[in-house]
Amino acid sequence: MITAPVSAERPLHDCRDAWAATLVDLARHDPRIVAVVNDSVGSSKLVGFQDEFPERLINVGIAEQDMVGVGAGLANGGKIPFVSAAACFLTARALEQIKVDAAYSQYNIKLIGQSPGMAYGELGPTHHSIEDLAWLRAIPGLTVVVPADPRETEQAIRWAAAHTGPVFVRVSRMPVPDVMPAGYEFEPGRAVLLRDGTDVTIAATGTVVSRAVEAAELAAAEGISVRLLAVPTIKPFDTEAIVRAARETRGIVTMEEATVVGGLGGAVAETVVRHQPAPVRTLGVPDEFAPTGSASWLLDHYGVSASGALEACRELLGRA
Amino acid sequence: MTGSAATAAPADALPVFGRIGADAGREAVLAHLAEAARAVRRRDIQMVHEAGQGHIGGEFSVTDILVTLYMHVLNVAPERPDDPERDRLILSKGHAAAALYTVLAARGFIGVDELRSFVQPLSRLNGHPARTKIDAVEASTGPLGHGLPIAVGTAVAAQLDGSPRRTFVVLGDGELQEGSNWEALMTAGHRRLDHLVAVVDRNRLQQGARVAQTNDLEPLADKARAFGWDVVEVDGHDHGALIDAFAAVPAASGRPTFVIAHTDKGYPVSYMRDQVSWHHKVPTAEHVQTALDELETS
Ligand SMILES: Cc1ncc(C[n+]2csc(CCOP(=O)(O)OP(=O)(O)O)c2C)c(N)n1
Ligand SMILES: [Mg+2]
Repeated sequence: MITAPVSAERPLHDCRDAWAATLVDLARHDPRIVAVVNDSVGSSKLVGFQDEFPERLINVGIAEQDMVGVGAGLANGGKIPFVSAAACFLTARALEQIKVDAAYSQYNIKLIGQSPGMAYGELGPTHHSIEDLAWLRAIPGLTVVVPADPRETEQAIRWAAAHTGPVFVRVSRMPVPDVMPAGYEFEPGRAVLLRDGTDVTIAATGTVVSRAVEAAELAAAEGISVRLLAVPTIKPFDTEAIVRAARETRGIVTMEEATVVGGLGGAVAETVVRHQPAPVRTLGVPDEFAPTGSASWLLDHYGVSASGALEACRELLGRA
Repeated sequence: MTGSAATAAPADALPVFGRIGADAGREAVLAHLAEAARAVRRRDIQMVHEAGQGHIGGEFSVTDILVTLYMHVLNVAPERPDDPERDRLILSKGHAAAALYTVLAARGFIGVDELRSFVQPLSRLNGHPARTKIDAVEASTGPLGHGLPIAVGTAVAAQLDGSPRRTFVVLGDGELQEGSNWEALMTAGHRRLDHLVAVVDRNRLQQGARVAQTNDLEPLADKARAFGWDVVEVDGHDHGALIDAFAAVPAASGRPTFVIAHTDKGYPVSYMRDQVSWHHKVPTAEHVQTALDELETS
């Protein structure tokens, strides 16, 4: 296996900084914006928000069901609540509140899943949030956004504030390089073509988009032309881009910091089966509880890496 | 149409009652509420019988609470369902949807004729209330333990706005076994949400057994007080007592108000009253007739 360093030369960012700065900026211009947290002021990087808007930071304590319900009630009262908590607790503990209070009631509530995926890798599977994409993708009326870098995080937060309706945004803690092009504008339901290619497609979301970029570079070096799609919204899903990829290239490799059950890989597989059958390889955490390790170690371990993706591309092209 | 059928009111007719204010005088208010409650129960039991579905026991226990709120207490009106300053009412025990729909129809929020569509295919009147389908429904409920946290949120929003609007949330007693309620009770007490009222339909029964035999709530009043709430205990079928309890909101103490409304499941119908089996049993035509007869004299 070729092991490629993850953009060692490029500076890495914690997307929480972009989230927090954006929220403060939005709050300065819109008094309806409030934050709701579960003892997660620090881990959500909301100390600055709290200092500037102490009244508008509602900390319900360690009570996630209450937190999401309170968010729905605030939306009922005309506020724009950003409910921010570790993604693992927000989505697992309050899943029914997300389904019913946020989505079924169609409240204008923003759910911010902090430190998602395996950002808390060393803390073990209790703290991994790798099922969130599968769970939330199954809920009607909820937008599910997985930004890849600080620029996209900022744009997703701005879009969520302006959009009326429930939105979930994963905010990455695992350091990532800038990957989205300058001038990029987030649009829900739209996959972003980062690189065109004709042999095989890699569709990646969130923190692992940078790994996909490297995979495409490695592939190019051995004469494989990769079409690279960044997929920032798992829902609504860019069916058209995937169907085109299935038609115009010889298969699709998916990459996500999530379980291979039901997330981006599931969405791609469902799409091609329905519209344009094509071979698919899904890279993510297999159907098991992950061992301990840092997020980047775990991603490498499971082949959600440049080399892992390259290998999957070769396999799809019969060059394994 | 010809003949007497055209003039006789159908058996399932429901008058639309206006809201009656305190200026009408207490006697008139109480008479109005008694009449409305009787009409609502008449219509509700026929609706459940016809639909073959419902939770009639808990609908009859909560009817007087809903009627008192919608016909007298709440600052809400069908002409302005989106008024930001309206009072909020969240029916957390969403399985009593048929009672809510009937009260909403009796108050003019939905059409009386529409009640016939209860739980029919594509009806807006789901077995549990849906916010996206009916304006007057503040939050979709059904899974127990959701209403109180949402009510805390609406009360926090009002507090942030410095608004006098009040939030009422109606809960089942068995429902209080859900932990989410206790999270929200803490939050409300901590934040001194004095414009928030939780009304517990204390009918002592849940789905399969008595609450005391399942996972007892007592001492409930002490628990609520310990969580920072003022507690008022009333007869939940006494409109006057309910009015007085609600009139004391916001409490001088600055605390949220926890109204333990002592009720009977199935009230006032003899064969249903305090019977676990009537949680969601469907009344037969004979049951309906007996109930209508008893309601006449109740
Ligand atoms: C979370 C959840 N669990 C279980 C149920 C099923 N259920 C519906 S009503 C009910 C009993 C409710 O008892 P109570 O709150 O006392 O209501 P009431 O007696 O007023 O009908 C149960 C268990 C539910 N709706 N939601
Ligand atoms: Mg009960």
